[in-house]
Amino acid sequence: MPKRLTRVEVERIAALARLELTPDEAELFTRQLGDVLDYAERLQSVDTAAAPASWRPGAADSPLRPDEGRPSLSPDEAVSNAPDPGAGVDGARFFRVPRVIG
Amino acid sequence: MAAPRDDWTVAAIRTAVAGGSRSAVEICRDCLDRIATEDGRLNAMSVVLREDALARAAEIDARRQEWRELPLLGVPITVKDVICTRGQPTTAASRILRGFRPTYDATVVSRLRAAGAVIVGKTNCDEFAMGSSTEHSAYGPTRNPWSTDRTPGGSSGGAAAAVAARFAPVSIASDTGGSVRQPAAFCGVVGLKPTYGRVSRYGLLAFGSSLDQIGPLTLRSADAAAVLAVVAGADPLDATSAGAPVDSFAAPPCGHARGMRVGVPRRLLETGEAGLDAEVRSAFDAALRAIEEAGGEIVDVDLPHAAYSVPTYYLVAPAEASSNLARYDGVRYGVRPEAGQRGEDGAKDPARAEGIARMYERTRHAGFGAEVKRRIMLGTYALSAGYYDAYYRKAQQVRGLIRGDYDRAFEDAGIDVVATPTTPTPAFRLGERAEDPLAMYLGDVFTVSANLTGLPAVSLPAGRTTAGLPVGFQLTGRPFDEQALFRLGDVLERASPWWRDPPPRAGAGGGETSG
Repeated sequence: MPKRLTRVEVERIAALARLELTPDEAELFTRQLGDVLDYAERLQSVDTAAAPASWRPGAADSPLRPDEGRPSLSPDEAVSNAPDPGAGVDGARFFRVPRVIG
Repeated sequence: MAAPRDDWTVAAIRTAVAGGSRSAVEICRDCLDRIATEDGRLNAMSVVLREDALARAAEIDARRQEWRELPLLGVPITVKDVICTRGQPTTAASRILRGFRPTYDATVVSRLRAAGAVIVGKTNCDEFAMGSSTEHSAYGPTRNPWSTDRTPGGSSGGAAAAVAARFAPVSIASDTGGSVRQPAAFCGVVGLKPTYGRVSRYGLLAFGSSLDQIGPLTLRSADAAAVLAVVAGADPLDATSAGAPVDSFAAPPCGHARGMRVGVPRRLLETGEAGLDAEVRSAFDAALRAIEEAGGEIVDVDLPHAAYSVPTYYLVAPAEASSNLARYDGVRYGVRPEAGQRGEDGAKDPARAEGIARMYERTRHAGFGAEVKRRIMLGTYALSAGYYDAYYRKAQQVRGLIRGDYDRAFEDAGIDVVATPTTPTPAFRLGERAEDPLAMYLGDVFTVSANLTGLPAVSLPAGRTTAGLPVGFQLTGRPFDEQALFRLGDVLERASPWWRDPPPRAGAGGGETSG
């Protein structure tokens, strides 16, 4: 069995997932996620040597649509739920975000 | 107000509305009145769409001659808050989507509207459908209509409570690991998860894309069949929707189970770990006897890998969730909280000065609840470098082995369905499992297999415990054979019409009050 999940790992995963955690949350999740991962260890005892690498339902005959243009949302509709929509002088609409490049 | 009985079915309502003996407005108003009276106690609804519903009902009454063939004409319906309704609030019971109004209808919603259904409101659920109790909701928990100190189950607890409390005869909801069937069991109603691909997922806020499926909750299986016939079928907007033929799913009038073989995985039921409650077990056995008496045959089957379904599911589903929920970043929709401090360059707008990564973290910290954070963390971990093979890849392999078990049972044992209880216990108390996520997950032992395998499954009412809590009986069928589930549902309903009894009402004795 691998060693128990640590607080440091929890903080590393939170950063990967773009989640800010309070110290209390980090503490709680270390314990709770550790319980779930310990429980999941039982999967290691299943013999999967002959099993395919992955499996998911229904992929065999999924239809694809033709690659052609079709109507879509208007610019106003597209930004209608944005928390910080912007508008250019030419009437163009866009999503405003904080600085991306430091 | 008299409790609706036989006239509270899809067939009775559409016949009455089409024939003009009852108006769609009158039926809609009854629903809205019941919601107004009872939902303060239950909290099953996240939003009530009173004006929209009455306007649509009036339109139906005005055009009933022209529309009289529509299969759901005038039938009131509630929609789980994870399914997009154009221009109407859709929040997944999450703070992060407060105020979100979709610019389009989900395919199921447009098909229901086109079939004449009247959407009376959206139902409460666990945030982003993650949970088994509807306690993880930004709107607060829903209460079980049969006992208001207990959970209605989840994540579609509002949907199940709304059907049980006769808010509307039909709810449409999503099921990723039992989210339709487990609350249906806890609230004493029918809940169907169709075959993966049977129903379009377009417009469903995605949780686990290889597991999610939309299905109905109703009082009787014939009603679930009528709704499935409307919403099923290929959709150009969902590449995973299947082209399998859709029939009317009308139950054969025979009312017997002759020629049907029902497999029971006794070894799975008897592992102590499943924690099967004695009263749930005896209700399960009684349902099996009713099927036998109707001419069906009960046989033992072995599903050796099904015992691994919970750990498999709780790696695969969070992995998919961690990817799907990356889109909630405070840019295109939802809530972006104000920055807490001024940017380091002293800009007038600190929210823009702080940098985008920090904005993502603040948005997701403020917007997501604890269970969603836990699952994103678990999924990110299972997919991360160094752990992928041991967790995600291993789980995907076991997933295929579980489906292999079912395929062998269907082929070698020649069975039509697998029967299990829907849940090991009846509804648990509010708060009972809130601090122990693993205990909450273990309660999903019988429901998650249908999502991992993609097979259709239904929870049917199978009686009540001595304390008066409903018990669910689950049937899992062959791919695209929902018809077998409806047929056996009809058999059980004829043997014991549990659906006729409504739960106790507020003020009618035993009804606790709540805020």
